[in-house]
Amino acid sequence: MIRDITIGQYYPAKSCIHRLDPRVKIVSTLLFLISLFVQNSLLGYAAATVFLGGVIRASRVPLKFIVKGLKAVVMLLMFTVVMQLFLTKGGDVLADFRIFEITEKGLRTAVFMAVRLIYLIIGSSIMTFTTTPNALTDGMESLLRPLNRFQVPVHEVAMMMSIALRFIPILLEETDKIMKAQIARGADLESGNIIQRTKAMVPILVPLFVSAFRRANDLAMAMESRCYNGGENRTRMKPLVYKTGDYMAYAVTVIYLTATFVLGRFVPFHLWIF
Amino acid sequence: MSIRLEHINYIYSQGSAYEKHALKDVSLEIPQGQFVGIIGHTGSGKSTLIQHLNGLLIASSGALYYNGQNIYQDKYDMKSLRSQVGLVFQYPEHQLFEVDVFTDVCFGPKNQGLSKQECEIRAKEALELVGFPEKHYSQSPFELSGGQKRRAAIAGVLAMRPKVLVLDEPTAGLDPKGRDDILDQIAQLHGQTGMTVILVSHSMEDIARYVERIIVMNKGTKMLDGAPREVFSHYRELEQVGLAAPQVTYIMHGLKERGIDVRTDATTVEEAAEEISGTLHFLRGHR
Repeated sequence: MIRDITIGQYYPAKSCIHRLDPRVKIVSTLLFLISLFVQNSLLGYAAATVFLGGVIRASRVPLKFIVKGLKAVVMLLMFTVVMQLFLTKGGDVLADFRIFEITEKGLRTAVFMAVRLIYLIIGSSIMTFTTTPNALTDGMESLLRPLNRFQVPVHEVAMMMSIALRFIPILLEETDKIMKAQIARGADLESGNIIQRTKAMVPILVPLFVSAFRRANDLAMAMESRCYNGGENRTRMKPLVYKTGDYMAYAVTVIYLTATFVLGRFVPFHLWIF
Repeated sequence: MSIRLEHINYIYSQGSAYEKHALKDVSLEIPQGQFVGIIGHTGSGKSTLIQHLNGLLIASSGALYYNGQNIYQDKYDMKSLRSQVGLVFQYPEHQLFEVDVFTDVCFGPKNQGLSKQECEIRAKEALELVGFPEKHYSQSPFELSGGQKRRAAIAGVLAMRPKVLVLDEPTAGLDPKGRDDILDQIAQLHGQTGMTVILVSHSMEDIARYVERIIVMNKGTKMLDGAPREVFSHYRELEQVGLAAPQVTYIMHGLKERGIDVRTDATTVEEAAEEISGTLHFLRGHR
């Protein structure tokens, strides 16, 4: 049941996207997300579609798997779209329901917002699908290293992040196991009103917290017994080094950014939403 | 009163990158009252198999009959099945959650909708069955020793008075004494109550002494199924899949190869000792 959540998961495959340096993927994803929000032309979105499509193709992650990840945020999407549709005013009135009315501008905003959100989720999940959590935090640490100068404990934060990420599947598995064990003892998790259901969570949450603390304790002990004492003077077994492919990936991202900018600004055929 | 599995297949995370065919065409029947051991290497599908017995996992294909009724038919009462087939998971002490042991053991019967009084009678009975000392009844389950925690957790399932008790590696992580205590208690329980007991383990040694039938799982299929003697006679095949017969099997076969005419089907140390001393006595008498 819990295994069905695909968002944020790693999808093991051999592809050029998987092989990229995590820093490239983080920076490119970030730029892609920004590009989604600054552009507002139809052609700009066409360029984003081509770019995203190309990356998905190259990553060898099945489209079915990516779409499955969207299911988790369907409610949020619907809510945003409906809100935009009814509450944005401007332009010709397309439909009138007395209290609410749908305007041309509202429709346009809603459609673009939906596309933006979907692309945003797909774009960021492509990054997590193709990068192991460890590589991701390594990349983060390396990118944020300049902040060390401002007394930001970058290594510690990165370590916490990688531990947190590492424990997500373990705790999910644990939850699954505890749920099954309590169901086997006749626990009813599915029926009843909200208070009964909340109460029914106690037999799951208590053992889960106990086990989380136990694991945290064990891990801290294991780290200390290996003389871990933070990031100072620590060297890596696999330092991050840019290769030719990584520079090429940066180039592709820059080309995409230029393309959206040019298409949005200078091509006369466009649809402004704002 | 029996459990019958027909051509059960189970596939984890079907259609994703993590797809795993965990059970392949498993068919078997367990009559009421039998003491069965399920043995197999890590990942052989034994834990997956037992989770089918009380409907926690639903087979991808195949049918499962409990008392002649197909549990996959519409409107089958899974809740009643779960109170009749008690499942004790691996490290069951990780499911304890109440403020004290007694209340925790009451959780199962309470979910069955029994009165408070009846719950308490059953909890007391179950705790006595597993030999849990009365002075610890009101203690927090988190303060107990490993062995006591496990007893309390097993009692939590027994309190539901199941007709079938399934235990997944009940001795994992216990010291040799704790292991023997728990297994002896389970054997005693089987003798007293006549319930079906299904014991999952990866150690032949543990199982051989107690069960009347062994099912060997390998890579999701049922490899061997029969009385312990019969299964251990396939000890070469068992070795090939990373399992081993009890050490006495090897001793008996070794003696036989060196020309001492002993029966090779002893399954426990006691049986083997008797057989060897009997044979030696016989040989001496004929010298």
